Amino acid sequence: MDAMDYRGPNRVRVARKPVPTIQHPQDAIVRVTRSCICGSDIHLYHGLVPDTRVGSTFGHEFCGVVEEVGAEVENLKPGDHVIVPFNIACGQCHFCQQGLFGNCHESNPMATAVGGIFGYSHTAGGHQGGQAQYARVPYADVGPVKIPDWMDLDDAVLLTDVVPTGYQAAEMAGIQKGDTVVIFGAGPIGIMAARSAWLFGAGRVIVVDHLDYRLEFVARFGPAEVYNFKEIDDMAVFMKRQTDGLGADVCIDAVGCEATGSALHTLLGIHLKLESGSALALHWAINSVKKGGVVSIVGVYGPTGNMIPVGNIVNKGLTIRANQASVKRHLPRLIEHVREGRIRPRELITHRFELRDISDAYRIFAGRLDNIIKPVLLPNG
Amino acid sequence: MAPDHTRLPARRTGLADPSSIPGWGVDAETRNDPTWPMRDRADSPGADWPHPVPQQGGAEVLQSVEYKARPAVYGLGPQPRGLSGAMRRAAFRFSESNWWHWLLLLGADRVDMVEGIGSDLATGRVPNLPAETGMAAAWKHDARGQVLKWGAIAAGIAVVVMARNRRRRA
Ligand SMILES: NC(=O)c1ccc[n+]([C@@H]2O[C@H](COP(=O)([O-])OP(=O)(O)OC[C@H]3O[C@@H](n4cnc5c(N)ncnc54)[C@H](O)[C@@H]3O)[C@@H](O)[C@H]2O)c1
Ligand SMILES: [Zn+2]
Ligand SMILES: [Zn+2]
Repeated sequence: MDAMDYRGPNRVRVARKPVPTIQHPQDAIVRVTRSCICGSDIHLYHGLVPDTRVGSTFGHEFCGVVEEVGAEVENLKPGDHVIVPFNIACGQCHFCQQGLFGNCHESNPMATAVGGIFGYSHTAGGHQGGQAQYARVPYADVGPVKIPDWMDLDDAVLLTDVVPTGYQAAEMAGIQKGDTVVIFGAGPIGIMAARSAWLFGAGRVIVVDHLDYRLEFVARFGPAEVYNFKEIDDMAVFMKRQTDGLGADVCIDAVGCEATGSALHTLLGIHLKLESGSALALHWAINSVKKGGVVSIVGVYGPTGNMIPVGNIVNKGLTIRANQASVKRHLPRLIEHVREGRIRPRELITHRFELRDISDAYRIFAGRLDNIIKPVLLPNG
Repeated sequence: MAPDHTRLPARRTGLADPSSIPGWGVDAETRNDPTWPMRDRADSPGADWPHPVPQQGGAEVLQSVEYKARPAVYGLGPQPRGLSGAMRRAAFRFSESNWWHWLLLLGADRVDMVEGIGSDLATGRVPNLPAETGMAAAWKHDARGQVLKWGAIAAGIAVVVMARNRRRRA
């Protein structure tokens, strides 16, 4: 089969690889019909995630048709078209039993701090990803959900990560009716967090980024008040001015470890690797939220450490909540939201690529070229 | 020397039974729980859930020393190889909480990249770097940025070359 093939930072190509086979009685093999590139893949592409081996296939956002199932799989059969959550979860461990499907203890021998994720380095279990014609899906009875007849495939593929992650960002923020919610990052995740904040009862939604075309999109799609941080001298002062001097009730970090805007963090975190990337957006979130407020983090960071103002977390009495999205837990509700038209995921898709154009697709998305918001790959044409 | 994770310091105090502590739980407020959905402590399977059957096969799995038991499934992504593989094996002697673990892995990733070029060449393939880095797309959608970037690189090289020539002449 054809599959994306990582060669080192900023270098990817298509390679011929063997079609995956059943390795465990709870596996399924899926023929991929849609597969996205995610902001998280850019962290891999830039070589920021430890144990990203040459020859790996990325891709954790995919849906596809079941081709084959292992002996213990009961809920799926060949021919089923399924949404595959990005987390690999056993459904029965200490963590899965609590609904923490992003923190499974039976899917990643390489690290305890994160469960298995498709195509996300050996630090997340070494599972090959879905930017390929076929993928192996462990614990096939637990994660995958059949795509309802009425649902568009472009909506379905965004339910594997983008929609649930944005939704969980808002859920973890503990939004109360009327709250002012500030979201850093107008990528697909920040955009979905803005839409979801309203579903949880926000009174005011503000989004910050520096890419005007994304801010324009979220201003309409959220909807949201939007600001370009290049025009703001001091984020904390600005947000206080916006909120009667108090700060926002809730701040959401939907940027992660490649935040731009600080030469210091870029030097220390991105170039010298003395920090796990640049945590500028998190820094801003901590300093822009009101005392007693909540900072919800879905942006991804590396495993070592970052420079953030911990003292302010203490002195302001903040609650910090964060996680990999527990996709499976949210899917029933989110499918309802899509059916009722409360969320229209496919409007985010701006680009479509065939697998053979993978190198260009990564370059365009990583460079934020051509006004890209969300690229989708069609591995089987 | 990598740390020996089997050596544990002796426990200095006995574990207390919470219910023996005066006033334990009198102010417990179940609604005040920011750890949603990790809520139903009473229903938790503890550490003894029915484990899935282990995945079979001969793959080399580098396992975190923080696990009590091997997780049932793992991916079949690229196996450790060569020098980078040796570095990865060394990394896994340290816990996830130890800097060496991650520094060795990041170092291994860079070595792996060079080994990847080596294995390409060994199979008679010269990696097409402009294509793999999506250079055509960058020129198509961001010609100005490309001109600035390559111009700056060319100017930098020119300055270095000129400085060296001048020094040689002097
Ligand atoms: N927790 C999870 O389950 C989960 C799931 C998916 C993605 N993520 C993470 O969420 C983050 C966003 O993902 P995405 O797909 O939207 O990525 P993206 O790269 O498309 O978007 C990130 C956005 O942040 C903006 N940005 C950069 N610096 C900023 C700053 N200082 N302040 C405000 N905005 C800034 C960028 O311009 C960009 O628009 C990534 O770190 C990704 O890894 C987490
Ligand atoms: Zn993703
Ligand atoms: Zn589990």
